[in-house]
Amino acid sequence: MLSSQADQAPNDLLLRFFRAARGVGCRISPPEGMDAMQAVAAVGYSDKAALRDALLLTIAKTQEEKASLAEIFDVFFKSPDPRNLEEAAKEADESSDSQSGDDQGEGDAEGEGEADASQFGDLARMLMSGDRAGVQAAMTAAADAANLSQIRFFTQRGLFSSRILEMMGMARLEDDIAAQQAAGNQPQRLINARDGLREAVRDMVNDAITLYTREGTEALRNEILRNVPLNRLERQDVERTRKLVGEMARRLRDKYNKPRRKKNRGRLDTRKTIRRNASWGGIPFITVWKQKRIDKPKIVALCDVSGSVARVAEFLLLFLYSLNEAISDIHTYAFSGRLVDVSEILDNNAIDKAMQEVMKTVGYGSSDYGKSFQDFDDDFMGGVTNRTTVIILGDGRNNNLDPRTDILRNISERARRVIWLNPEPRFAWGTGDSEMPRYQPYCTFTRPCGTVRQLERVVVDLLEMDRH
Amino acid sequence: MDSLLDPATAIEAVDRGLAEAGYIASRQISTAVFLAQRLDKPILVEGPAGVGKTELAKSIAAWQNITLIRMQCYEGLDEAKALYEWKYAKQLLYTQILKDKLGEVIGQTETLPAALAKLHDFGDIFFSKQFVEPRPLLQALEQKDGCVLLIDEVDKADAEFEAFLLEILSDYQITIPEIGRISAVTKPIVILTSNANRDLGDALKRRCIHLHIGFPEPRLEARIIETRVPGVATELRKKIVAFVHELRTLDLKKLPSVSETIDWARVLLLLHTSSLSTDVVRDTLNVLLKYEVDMETAIPQVSELIDKAERAFVPG
Repeated sequence: MLSSQADQAPNDLLLRFFRAARGVGCRISPPEGMDAMQAVAAVGYSDKAALRDALLLTIAKTQEEKASLAEIFDVFFKSPDPRNLEEAAKEADESSDSQSGDDQGEGDAEGEGEADASQFGDLARMLMSGDRAGVQAAMTAAADAANLSQIRFFTQRGLFSSRILEMMGMARLEDDIAAQQAAGNQPQRLINARDGLREAVRDMVNDAITLYTREGTEALRNEILRNVPLNRLERQDVERTRKLVGEMARRLRDKYNKPRRKKNRGRLDTRKTIRRNASWGGIPFITVWKQKRIDKPKIVALCDVSGSVARVAEFLLLFLYSLNEAISDIHTYAFSGRLVDVSEILDNNAIDKAMQEVMKTVGYGSSDYGKSFQDFDDDFMGGVTNRTTVIILGDGRNNNLDPRTDILRNISERARRVIWLNPEPRFAWGTGDSEMPRYQPYCTFTRPCGTVRQLERVVVDLLEMDRH
Repeated sequence: MDSLLDPATAIEAVDRGLAEAGYIASRQISTAVFLAQRLDKPILVEGPAGVGKTELAKSIAAWQNITLIRMQCYEGLDEAKALYEWKYAKQLLYTQILKDKLGEVIGQTETLPAALAKLHDFGDIFFSKQFVEPRPLLQALEQKDGCVLLIDEVDKADAEFEAFLLEILSDYQITIPEIGRISAVTKPIVILTSNANRDLGDALKRRCIHLHIGFPEPRLEARIIETRVPGVATELRKKIVAFVHELRTLDLKKLPSVSETIDWARVLLLLHTSSLSTDVVRDTLNVLLKYEVDMETAIPQVSELIDKAERAFVPG
C-alpha cells in the first residue's frame, strides 16, 4: 500500500504545496512552479533543509514571502506523508519490535476478551496490532480519497473528519467495540485507540485547514474588504486592507511607471538621424524627431482629517504614496480646523506612523473648510500651477460656516484640474450642513470614494488622465 | 558540475569551492549556486549593502576559474551600452569603399535591372557581425569557456532596462534586429544583485532564483573574519563578532555589514589590540558606523555593548 502511494507522482505533493503557498500570498506562476519542481528534483526529498532552501529560492521572491513560506513549509512537511518512506519504514520496524514485547504484556493484562482478534474488522486489527505506519498510510489514503486538499472553509472540519473516518472503516470499528461490550468485555484498549485515531484525524484536518483554506478565504475576504465602507472598517481588518491597498498600488505602479513619450514633430534629433541613415552614407532618408516625455501627474492633496474622514484619508494617502515612481511630485496638506503642510511627515515615515503624527498635529477637530482654504491661499497657493492636479478629500460638511467658495474658484483657475473626493455616497451630498453643491461647480469632477474599490477607480483615472 | 553527484555532495562541493576562493557561504547560498548550475538559471541576490553580494560572483568566477564580466547598472544605462553598438565610423568607411568599388561590381552590365541584380548578388556586410561592437552582455555570450556575468545593482537601472535583460536571462540569447539571434556559446553563470532601491518587475524575478543574503549568524561571520583577516586571535575574533552583532540590535540608520566587520577587524589588527576596551572601540567606531547620528546613538552605549559581547557565546 505504501509503495503504491509513493508511485503517485511526487509532483502531486508539490502542487498541493503550491496551493498552500498561494494561500499565504506567494504568487506562483506555472513556469515558477516548473522551476520549483526541477529544483526539488535536483535536491531530492531526503534532506529536508535542502528541500526547504530549494523551495524558498525558487518560489519566494521577497523576504516576506520567504518568511511565510518557511512557516507553511514546516506545517506542510510536518504531517507524515507517504513520501517519508524511510521514516515510515523505520517506525514500522520499531513498532513491530516493540509489538512482540507488547503482545506478551497484552496477554497478561487484558487476556481473554480480546484474544479473538480474528473476528475484528481491518481497522480494529490494525489498531490492536500497533501498526502505526499502517494506520498512518490508511489515514493518508482516506484523506486522498476524501479530497482533503480540496477543503475550502474551516466550517467543513466536521464533514471532512467524519468522511475520512468513514473511509477508514470507523463503522466497522464501532461495531466491533459494540460487539465486545455486548459480550460483556471491556475493550478499553480498542476504545482508547479509537479516540486516539479520532484525534489524529482531527489534527490532520486542522493542518489541512491551515494549509489549504487560506487561498479561498483570502480571496473572499479581500473581495468583501474592497466593498466595505472604509470609515466602518473593523480594527482587525485595517492591517489587511493596508496590505490590499499596497498590493493594488504596486500593480498600478508597475503599469504606469513606464516612460511616456509623445512625438514632438518640429525638432530634429540630429544624432539619431545620422545614425539611422548611416547605411545611405549619411544622407537622411529617414528622419528622427526629438521626443518629449509626458509629465507624470503632479499632485497637491488637501485632506480633511476630521473625525470619520480620517480613515479614508489614510488609505488615499497610502495609495498615492505607494505609487511613488508613477507620480512625479506630491504635496499633502491636512486640515480639520486649520490647514498644515504634512508632506514632510509622509515622506519620511511609514504610512501608519505618519498618520498618527498627522493626527497629532491637526486631527480630530471639527472641520472648517473656509478657514482651511484661507490657510492654503495664504501660504501654499504658489505650489499650484497649470500642471498640478489638486485633489480634495472631504465630506464638505462645514458646520454651517462660511465655505469660501471664492478660494476654491481661485484654485480651480490656477490648477490643471480639481478633483473632489467625498467618502459619503452621492445621495447624501447637500443634505444637512454639506456644502458639496456649492463646491461642485469649481471641481473638474467629483467622486464618491468610500470604499477601496472606489478609491482604486479614482487612482486609475488619475494615472490615465495625462496619457492622451 | 558533475550531474551524477548526489545533491548533498554537490552542495558540499560548492561550499568547499567557494571557501577555497575565500568566500564562506551559508548553506542557502551554496544551495542557490548549486541550483543555478543545475537548472541553468540566473541568481538574483538581494540584501543590505556589504553582505557580499558582489563578492559571491567574484568568488564563483575564481572557483570555476572563468572570467568575470561585470556590468554596473546606473540610471540611464541603455541598450547601446549594455548589449551592442554599431561601429558607425567603420560602417561609413565601408560605404565609401563600396562607392569606389561600385563600378567594378556592376561592370559592363547593359541594363539597369541587370545592374541591380548584380548589386543584389554582392554580399552586403553593412549590418553584419563585423561591425558590431559587443558590450558586456554580448561579450558574456561570446565567451567560449563560459563566464560569470555579474549584473550589479540592477535596481539602479531604469525599469525599461529590465526588458533588455529578459531575453538573455531566460534563453541566454540576444536578438539584434539587423542580424538575428545570437545564442550563448557556453551558457554563462548570471548573477544579478539588487539593494532593493526599487521593486524589480515580476517578469525579471520570475526568471531568477531569488536569494536573500542577510547579516550572517555570528558563527558564520566569525568564519568569514577568520578567512579574510587571518591574523586576528580567536578570542578577539569572537568578541569582534559578538560586538558587531550587539551593535546591529540598535536602531541605526545604517547597520554595520560584514564588510565593515572585516574592515574593523583589520583596523584592530593594525593597532595590535588584544581585547576590546571602551577607548579603543570608541576611537575606531567610525569604521563600523558611517553616519554621525548613528555614532551619537552608539557611543554612549559602547561599554554596555562590550559587556554584552563579553557574555555572548560565539561558537566555532
